[in-house]
Amino acid sequence: MNSSVNGEQIFTNCTTGGPVDVYVKDGKITRIEPLELSEDDPTWVIEARGKKFSPENRARVSSYALAERSRIYGESRLLHPLLRVDFDPQGDRKAANRGKSGYKEISWDEALDILCDEVKRIQFNYGPGAVLTTPSSHHNWGNIGYRHSTYFRFMGILGYTYADHNPDSWEGWHWGAMHNWGYAWRLGIPGQYDLLEDALKNTELIIFWSADPSTTSGIYAGQESAIRRLWLKELGVKMVFIDPFYNFTAINYCDKWFAPRPGTDTAMAVAIAYVWLTENLYDKDYVAKRTYGFEKWCDYILGKDDGTPKTPEWAEKESLIPAREIRALAREWGQKKTMLAAGGLGGWGGACRTAYGTEWARMMVLLAAMQGLGKPGSNIWSTTGGAPYNGDFFFPGYAEGGICGDALNSAAEYQFTPRGMTGPHPVRSTVNDPGGQHIPRILVPECILDPPQEWRGKGFCGASTETQFKKYKYPEDGFSEVKMFWRYGGSYIGTMNNTNRWVKMYQSPKLEFVVNQSIYLEGEAKFADLILPACSNFERWDISESANCSGYIPNSSYGTNRRMIILQKKCIEPLGESKSDYEIFAMVAKRLGFYEKFSNGGMNEYDWCKKMWECTDLSKHISWEDFEKKGYFIVPLPENYKPTPELRAFAEGRKRDTPDWGPVGGGIEGLPDAEGHIATQTGLIEFESQSLKRFDPNDDERPPITKYIPSWEGHHTRKLYSKYPLQLISPHPAYSFHTMYDAKGCWINEIPEHRVKMEDGHYYWVIRINPEDAKKRGIVEGDIVRAYNDRGEVLLAAQVTERVPRGIVHSYESCAIYEPIGEPGESPDRGGCINLLTNHRFISKNACGMASNSCLIEVAKWK
Amino acid sequence: MTKWGFVIDISNCNACYCCFTACKDEYWDNDYPPYTASQPKHGQFWMNILKNERGKYPYLKVAYMPVPCMQCDNAPCIKAARNGAVYKRPDGIVVIDPQKAVGQKQLVKSCPYGAIFWNEEKNLPQKCTFCIHRLEKGGIPRCVQACPNECITFGDLDDPQSDVSKLLKSAKAEAFHPEWNTKPNVYYIDLHKMTKYFIAGAVIYGDTDECAEGVAATLTANGKSAKTTTNNYGNFEFDGLDVGKYTVKLECAGYAPKTIEVDLKTDSYLADIVLAKA
Repeated sequence: MNSSVNGEQIFTNCTTGGPVDVYVKDGKITRIEPLELSEDDPTWVIEARGKKFSPENRARVSSYALAERSRIYGESRLLHPLLRVDFDPQGDRKAANRGKSGYKEISWDEALDILCDEVKRIQFNYGPGAVLTTPSSHHNWGNIGYRHSTYFRFMGILGYTYADHNPDSWEGWHWGAMHNWGYAWRLGIPGQYDLLEDALKNTELIIFWSADPSTTSGIYAGQESAIRRLWLKELGVKMVFIDPFYNFTAINYCDKWFAPRPGTDTAMAVAIAYVWLTENLYDKDYVAKRTYGFEKWCDYILGKDDGTPKTPEWAEKESLIPAREIRALAREWGQKKTMLAAGGLGGWGGACRTAYGTEWARMMVLLAAMQGLGKPGSNIWSTTGGAPYNGDFFFPGYAEGGICGDALNSAAEYQFTPRGMTGPHPVRSTVNDPGGQHIPRILVPECILDPPQEWRGKGFCGASTETQFKKYKYPEDGFSEVKMFWRYGGSYIGTMNNTNRWVKMYQSPKLEFVVNQSIYLEGEAKFADLILPACSNFERWDISESANCSGYIPNSSYGTNRRMIILQKKCIEPLGESKSDYEIFAMVAKRLGFYEKFSNGGMNEYDWCKKMWECTDLSKHISWEDFEKKGYFIVPLPENYKPTPELRAFAEGRKRDTPDWGPVGGGIEGLPDAEGHIATQTGLIEFESQSLKRFDPNDDERPPITKYIPSWEGHHTRKLYSKYPLQLISPHPAYSFHTMYDAKGCWINEIPEHRVKMEDGHYYWVIRINPEDAKKRGIVEGDIVRAYNDRGEVLLAAQVTERVPRGIVHSYESCAIYEPIGEPGESPDRGGCINLLTNHRFISKNACGMASNSCLIEVAKWK
Repeated sequence: MTKWGFVIDISNCNACYCCFTACKDEYWDNDYPPYTASQPKHGQFWMNILKNERGKYPYLKVAYMPVPCMQCDNAPCIKAARNGAVYKRPDGIVVIDPQKAVGQKQLVKSCPYGAIFWNEEKNLPQKCTFCIHRLEKGGIPRCVQACPNECITFGDLDDPQSDVSKLLKSAKAEAFHPEWNTKPNVYYIDLHKMTKYFIAGAVIYGDTDECAEGVAATLTANGKSAKTTTNNYGNFEFDGLDVGKYTVKLECAGYAPKTIEVDLKTDSYLADIVLAKA
């Protein structure tokens, strides 16, 4: 059933960084290699400018996928259920000691007794919704085991208040750009259909604006897009980078680097529009036919409404980019067929996570519109999506409901739920429903410690643009405050903002009971009363498609060069006493009396995998036996494949022709299926947003006409800026996927761009500082430094580098470990959670997104 | 005969570190007798990555360079070994015998490239072998398999039809530190990104304060000269230079020519060169 050579078996599996072949001998994983494809697997050829391009016969995975073995056998693997030593459920719970008092091993029986007694007590005393839960993202891969599937199935039956996730990687596109070009069902970011072929054939210039696709892979696609950038270089396509950090894609492709002061990208964008307007360098016909409200916006650009023409000289004062260079960039862009890589996924990027990053994302759409967005070679595309794609072949992504069928919490859109996967018991949440109780993830500590709280929008607003405007409050009428927190994973101290707040929340007796279900003893797991050891996806069965997170981003597997559907085989037994999440939930469900419903009459994970094969187009193309033998399936393109580049039909006034999903239903999204329409009120790209005008025409933090709004934490906040003169940016990490693959004894820690081992034996997280700033502070390469502001203090390894200009420091977010050297929440962290320092203020007052890249700090040598 | 070698294109390495982690995955806790004993989980870098940053904001260049064992034809480690503990195979690969080399710590220092590591627990010097055990089964080295950027090319240097031979022929590939005279079988394309300097600049028209595009730039030193033209940002660049004295001359119709003397000690970016109207 599995290939076997010299007593070594080979299993297929998949990760957040791509699909792999897993070699196992004597019950132990010996190697993990990129998935080898067969010569017989279907492929494609793109002919462009006299050359032919085809993908390689091997999956291209990320460095951390190849380091998976060091993580599976990692040092902080949880191998037994643990109970906090001074937690007494019958007596004093000593909540204030969370994070301090340590653990003792207990049996699964004891653990389940404590857990189920607490669940029953809390449900009995406080009613539905008193159990708060929220999962970390990306900690495993697989459509059965992923949180949208097994976790939601269990929690939906239990009845939970959910800490709704904010779109933390693309805030500005969600809360901003959506109001100018629709795409609610894609959470504000654009499709990328067939833009690889379009670019290879037509594009002359790519502007990577806040985009580092070599490291962020688009999302989940490992290194699949690396070869595309080599092809583009071979064809002589010029590449410009706009990023305060000289990023890893820039290394080999940068023809020109601009490093605007963080948060001033929008000013630079506005000045580019000024040059185009005053020098006639834009597509007037397109603007006239395909956009709405242009004149009003021009009044702002030209200064007719506020008396300030937004000249390059004006933008130079904000961004510190010389006016003449902004002009040169604008002219080049205005004259060449240009792909705007606005963020690494075609709509993403650190700039969209600055204060009012909403306005940057909106401005990106409008600049692209002025250059004929959707015409050949001219689009928003980041090299990471848009491989030739068979969108007619149905296989779901991880966020489409899986074995749960909770369509409402599938983030944005779904195709899967109606297809009979879940049997007689699909699960929907009775609490985490528009009519139930909510907590936004950004305000979890405030909701626990300081209720009541108010905000707008329920996490991902995928149903329609208007769902962003709905006002919520906590506690909701008729619901109890939450009393128990069932945390799944432990990443937030390293991924959310101003995270000493989380530490303080955990130490509050208002949380009567905290349980954490995790694979590793790290981060927030160390603040739980009870810890349940889960296993990795190499220790259980699952099924998935590489890089397919449909539900969030429809058909996102065009990030890989070919659609690779993987049977994720159980390679080894779970380590120690750890168990798969499905098994843990099944055990709890048994004790709470809903096992039959949870397991759909006793199904195990293997059964669910087979069912997913059956309910999808996979079963039309390959038998279960053949699929199980081969371990993967490459989706073929239809014969006579006809590319349908994103927005080409819109640009040409035709009916939408891509295999995209939305909008469904029409109505609230205008007339989406009309010829030449996109899903805005007017059906056009709106320079004046009609949804924002309807909501509040006087919202000065997100006006209908997008503007440059100076940051609430930056060079204009003079008092704070004089105290903390360094602007910190903390983009998504290059070498780990969020907190996954960081720490844990993983090989990734030995990459000197990730962590640096110091004399004390500890691997310190890296902060990058310009040589002049370092010199002023007596800091040299390899020093341990303290980065601090009023919110916290972190100990880091200094990398002295010209890759950041003076006044800017760079340290990736997503540190996995929180290691305060004294009192938790009060003392410096030597784990490297730079997120202790970032502001948790909303990105814009009516949009509850986060803006990590607007942060002022000071750095000094440590001791 | 087969002679295995690498050609590594520095311009294609973007520091993804796939080769680095793949190498660790191949060797941690895995013995491949008689060629290699297992690697400890941390602390050894059989595929090491060097970095070179050149220039200053706003004109910066960064390069990364994968460095495996060079499988030298004149290997210092073979000379430094006792009891024939290090030997060269007919296919060019240099092997540290994991049994005979026990205790021979002097091998670590014998390698000028720093490609030999000390295994404290096994009391053993260790290094890359181009994954002989994989080659024997018809496979390729793990780092080559893992590289997504066509940066590391592997093959038979004695076969004129092999990819490595073709690359060696078509591009200027060089050994790293040939002056050490170890005769490496690993070659690098665009090695100047690690070893040489550049002179670059930004030219501005004095009368309009615009970036000066199309200005002829001539670099002269020791009677030799090179020419280029400024791009739309007014930037020109001469790369691959040694330290020394250079003259940069900038010429553009309608403007007074300008000559700049550069005493190049490290990379030099000449910011804001203003051309006055003639």
